[in-house]
Amino acid sequence: MSSAATAPPLVEARSRPRRPSTLTVYRWELRKLVAQKRTYLGFVLVCALPLIFVIVENIHERQGHRDNIFASQISQSGLATPVLMLLFLSVFMHHVVVSLVAGDIVANEDGNGTLKTILTRSVDRGQVYAAKLLAAFSYAACALFLSAAVATLAGVASWGFHSITTFSGTVVSAPKGLLLVFAANACFLIPLLTVVCIGVMLSTVTRNSAAAVVGTIGFIILVLIIGQIPGLESLHPYLLTDQFENWHGLLRTPTDWAPIGHSAWVCALYAVPSVVAGYLVFLRRDVAGG
Amino acid sequence: MSEDDAPPVRARGLVKRYKEVLAVDHVDLNVDHGDVYGFLGPNGAGKTTTLRMALGLIVPSGGTVELFGRDPMREGARALEGVAGFVEAPRFYPYMTARKNLELLAALDGDGAAGRIGEVLDVVELAPRARHRVGGFSHGMRQRLGIAAALLRRPRLLILDEPATGLDPAGMRDMRLLIRRLADDGITVLLSSHQLPEVQELCDRVAIVDSGRVVYEGALADLRRQGGAGYRLRTADEERAIEVARAQAGIASVRATGEGIDFQADEGHVAELSLALGRAGIGILSLSPELATLESLFFRLTESHAGEPAATGRDGRAEGELVGAEP
Repeated sequence: MSSAATAPPLVEARSRPRRPSTLTVYRWELRKLVAQKRTYLGFVLVCALPLIFVIVENIHERQGHRDNIFASQISQSGLATPVLMLLFLSVFMHHVVVSLVAGDIVANEDGNGTLKTILTRSVDRGQVYAAKLLAAFSYAACALFLSAAVATLAGVASWGFHSITTFSGTVVSAPKGLLLVFAANACFLIPLLTVVCIGVMLSTVTRNSAAAVVGTIGFIILVLIIGQIPGLESLHPYLLTDQFENWHGLLRTPTDWAPIGHSAWVCALYAVPSVVAGYLVFLRRDVAGG
Repeated sequence: MSEDDAPPVRARGLVKRYKEVLAVDHVDLNVDHGDVYGFLGPNGAGKTTTLRMALGLIVPSGGTVELFGRDPMREGARALEGVAGFVEAPRFYPYMTARKNLELLAALDGDGAAGRIGEVLDVVELAPRARHRVGGFSHGMRQRLGIAAALLRRPRLLILDEPATGLDPAGMRDMRLLIRRLADDGITVLLSSHQLPEVQELCDRVAIVDSGRVVYEGALADLRRQGGAGYRLRTADEERAIEVARAQAGIASVRATGEGIDFQADEGHVAELSLALGRAGIGILSLSPELATLESLFFRLTESHAGEPAATGRDGRAEGELVGAEP
């Protein structure tokens, strides 16, 4: 800094500065995610599982009837693989992966002191919160569709791009089957983004990444357990975990849209209060970390 | 009052309470345009908490703080226009390079800040390390990057919390030179520090805070003047000289320091003392005025108030008045 005395002046005539948009903040949240190794851990997990599944199925080459209609078709159409993987991963694994990012996205910055760095720039707290939530949504969508793409490619590479039989026993052509696979993933995104909302809220409130991640996963486990308790069947339509199967209606003929519509408003019951609570806490919280 | 005329920092009755702990107790601050304002106090005195409230990072339990007339609690990021700085150590994303960190912050600043990245990296002499990850930076380099990040905003007010902490002597000197230069460029500086030489060299006005309360606010020169006119006397016979001095009217606080005899008196009584020493046959080797050092005043203010209410006015502040100074 010894040249400081000879450097040009740093104060210039100013006009009213232009403030950055929330989109700009969101773009940088994405860049931060891209720059962190933790981001890829989740991607590796959701990509590795379909690959392992396909390899194991190829080695064993099991034939014949299985309990699940898509499991029975595993060697007949590569499109059965992404549906089976969505069945498996939608129970728990996808939620774990998105919780890793959602639970960390605010708390990590708080703990490292970088939250104070960005909150003393020209962006409002609401913009930062919105950008972080959108970034976590984007991550969840990427993880889900990446997993679906890998499962589809691996399945088609192993067993071909053939027509597939749906839950209702109707045979659909391969192109339509492919469309249904990705539409099913899109439907599953509704409850998955709800989990993200809960994770980001816990990340904001707890200020602790581990607590927020464990809290999010713990919440899902708790709801799963509640769903298994006899006598509470009347609660099932309103449990978040029951919405994880909302996409099944798409793989029936005719398409059953009711579970999708139902899951949309039930998920909103979980997501909206989480987002509002997280937002209000974030707006008024003391940033004392770092 | 327009925003340009409004004072850079004005705090009134600022309070921060954490359950039973009163971290900041009715603090008033007045930082004017062009000030290099020292915010002094021992560790835990409430300096950083006050600065966090000023930057809108912490919600005050009471009172208000305005930057150029705008309240960060009410106006959010808009209140920070023209304001930059850091509290405690500046923090960056360790997995990104220095340039990438500045690009991110410039994007969050808008206002063409991205175009100034090269310039500010040059100012803090980090241009050669711009493409290195911040995770590998030393403490001093991070401090310099913190200054660079602040300069991206072309600030009119720079809030720096212990900017020289952890730097080696050369780094401290460079940091002071940089702050001096920024002040010369017209930037108002609010400098929190417990490095007294740094404050003495840079600041023209100070607030001294202790146990969450401001025990002095005003010009540094006034503070030193109120500390009392001291003198240092060296003689050929120190023991007898002390006896003579203590017997002399108007001579107070006589004590041997090892480097001579320190005492307090006005000029008339100093003249009488020199005559009395001559009459006693004691040779005077030297007699020189010693202004109170900031260090001695700082300790006098902060140590005399530890754990007891400040002897200040109703608002807990003594503007331009040395609280705890000897009469």
